[in-house]
Amino acid sequence: MQRILLFLYSLRAFLLFILLEVIAIWLIVSYNTQQGSVFFNSSNQLSGKILGTKNNVSEYFSLREVNTRLVDTNAELLAELEMYRKPADSVFIELDSTLMASFEFKGAKVINNSIRLSQNHLTLNKGANQGIKPGMGVFNGQGVVGRVKGVSDNFATVISLLHTELLVSSKIESTEVFGSIKWDGASPKNAKLLYVPRHVKVQVGDKIVTSGYNAVFPEGIAIGKILEVNQGTDTNYLDITVELSTDFTRVSYVYLVENTIEAELDSLYINSELINERQ
Amino acid sequence: MNANKIFLLVGGFIIYLLVQILVLKNLVLFGAAFCFLYILYLLLLPIETKTIPTLLIAFVMGLAVDLFYDTLGIHTASLLTIAFIRRPWIKILTPTGGYDEDLQPSLLNMGFGWFTTYSLPLLIIFNSFFFFIESMGTDLFVPVVQKIIASAIFVFVMSIIVQLLFYRRRRGL
Repeated sequence: MQRILLFLYSLRAFLLFILLEVIAIWLIVSYNTQQGSVFFNSSNQLSGKILGTKNNVSEYFSLREVNTRLVDTNAELLAELEMYRKPADSVFIELDSTLMASFEFKGAKVINNSIRLSQNHLTLNKGANQGIKPGMGVFNGQGVVGRVKGVSDNFATVISLLHTELLVSSKIESTEVFGSIKWDGASPKNAKLLYVPRHVKVQVGDKIVTSGYNAVFPEGIAIGKILEVNQGTDTNYLDITVELSTDFTRVSYVYLVENTIEAELDSLYINSELINERQ
Repeated sequence: MNANKIFLLVGGFIIYLLVQILVLKNLVLFGAAFCFLYILYLLLLPIETKTIPTLLIAFVMGLAVDLFYDTLGIHTASLLTIAFIRRPWIKILTPTGGYDEDLQPSLLNMGFGWFTTYSLPLLIIFNSFFFFIESMGTDLFVPVVQKIIASAIFVFVMSIIVQLLFYRRRRGL
């Protein structure tokens, strides 16, 4: 017995190594679920504070660009608003309110971002106290950015679109053909459009937007445009490369969107025993 | 181990950590060369540091870096690996006549040749672990190998520069 103990004691460094390594691997595995615990990531209070302070300093260097983009967005919104303005002599008929949009929007600042790994995340400066919930869609003026993974009281972690496991339900705007956008891990400028059947005619340069089928993003938020179409190795689907419209190297302010009827949709899917892809 | 030395160890830990997460996190050359300079802290622990303290330091440091990279556990697992093989590796590399007592295995103390044979394999092992775990489930072999080699070389060059600028002979930091 004593020998066994002595033997184990002589191996103590190795045993500690194994123990710690197992803990690390357990963390890796448990964190890789889509919406995991939020304590050990960049949205916990301490790291959030540090990243926020850092961002307070570094944001001055991008103010000029943020301003121009805000002005651009304002101009676009004003133009759009003009279309909805009622002429004085018209009669306004309100349509069925169930057809009205069921989305709520919020704004937030990005305080941490990565683009070069194969599973990238962002950190936002708003959290549960400001009404951010896991599962909300994230986009900016240019296009889709990602999806909220977890929130703490004042910070939120977002799975970037540049994450090899995030799928975004999308469609080709001109032909209404559906597919899923998935990043292939290579360049932060490009992603793949999956599940487009071979018989579909696809034009290089066509715009890709969100489909609105996944109940995370409203319909029609830009994702990118088609850069290249190949026959690919898969016998059923085309191999389409998409140039992303969002410039992930300089994402500074984002909008969050929440579908207020997502829960209802989900329970409908469950009741009718359909599998909601929740992409 | 006197108070001054403990202060240097703890201070070095915090400085490396802060520099890594605030500055070097945003530094990626050519989209492939990552700068994981905080490994240097582990590499430059005094030669006679036992494996168990090294492992504990590596665990804490890895977790702290993971927190900010949102790569929970990946830095930790890779750093633990090199923390474990560091001591045997130093033993293998013992020069004739053995090590001086209380020595930091740095470039200035041990010379360029020794430091290269000591640090470069450890850096390559760290980066291999990191990028293979990180890209698990994707079929990106060539980019991953590119990242491993580029990062290892980049960190190596950076570590030489940092040591020449901020380290003195025989004494740390």
